[in-house]
Amino acid sequence: MVDQSAVGRQFPPVVAQVEPGRLRYFCNTLGESNPVYRDAGAAQAAGYAALPVPPTYLFCLEMMDAPDPFAFLTALDIDLARVLHGEQRFTYHAPVVVGDTLTFKPRITGVTDKKGGAMTLIVVEAEVTNQHGVHVADTARTIVVRNVVTS
Amino acid sequence: MSAAAEIHPAVGARLVYKQFPPITRHTLALYCGASGDHNPMHVDLDFARAAGFPDVFAHGMLVMAYLGQALTDAVPPAAIRAFSVRFAAITGLGAELTCEGHVAELIAGKDERRARLALTTTDQNGEVKLAGDAIIVL
Repeated sequence: MVDQSAVGRQFPPVVAQVEPGRLRYFCNTLGESNPVYRDAGAAQAAGYAALPVPPTYLFCLEMMDAPDPFAFLTALDIDLARVLHGEQRFTYHAPVVVGDTLTFKPRITGVTDKKGGAMTLIVVEAEVTNQHGVHVADTARTIVVRNVVTS
Repeated sequence: MSAAAEIHPAVGARLVYKQFPPITRHTLALYCGASGDHNPMHVDLDFARAAGFPDVFAHGMLVMAYLGQALTDAVPPAAIRAFSVRFAAITGLGAELTCEGHVAELIAGKDERRARLALTTTDQNGEVKLAGDAIIVL
């Protein structure tokens, strides 16, 4: 079981490309028709240099371009089948647009046992910077591990 | 697109409201590819059953993406400073989601006026799937 000793542990940075085709596929999947995400003219009129990404897309970028998106679970010896997503937070500091190259630096910031050890909550935060070194966002996910309770 | 500065909401005002079509297996398969989240829990019935679930269920981040879409239908993306949710319940196949956001608080900052929106996503039975917040610039 994951314990407090995991807090502070860092994982290798993930470098992700904001590609137009993948963004369009994401928008199509969600029925997203907002022109700001689809039309370069609308994006420019809204003050963007290129198409911006929807608010949750940072999460996808990190998973898509990670060599193994579940590597942190493997590293912590957690079975993917026992994991649920508990909470998710994004803090935005600067625009992220098509053509950007982002670097995610994930680290564990919290481990909490719940229900007498039946569940463990693990918080993974990532600082996100772009190709110009601008700190564009911070992400935080809380995963819930359903522990195997042995009697 | 309208400037964020034109928004002058009152506490309690509903700023965000959008309904989405029922979630299908096809949606989950597409989102698996679109999101890079290839966790088989959401597309492989055998895997879900072996893990103790009766069927596949939606990625939490798919549900949050719908809430984000409802949010940026109402608020320009550049006006969003923070967006967070708690996943309150699993969202199953067939769920018809409604996303809402009300102004919970007006925040006088030193550089900009902000508001906190209280956000929810509920299904057709009124069960809360996501509860969260967004901080937006007015």
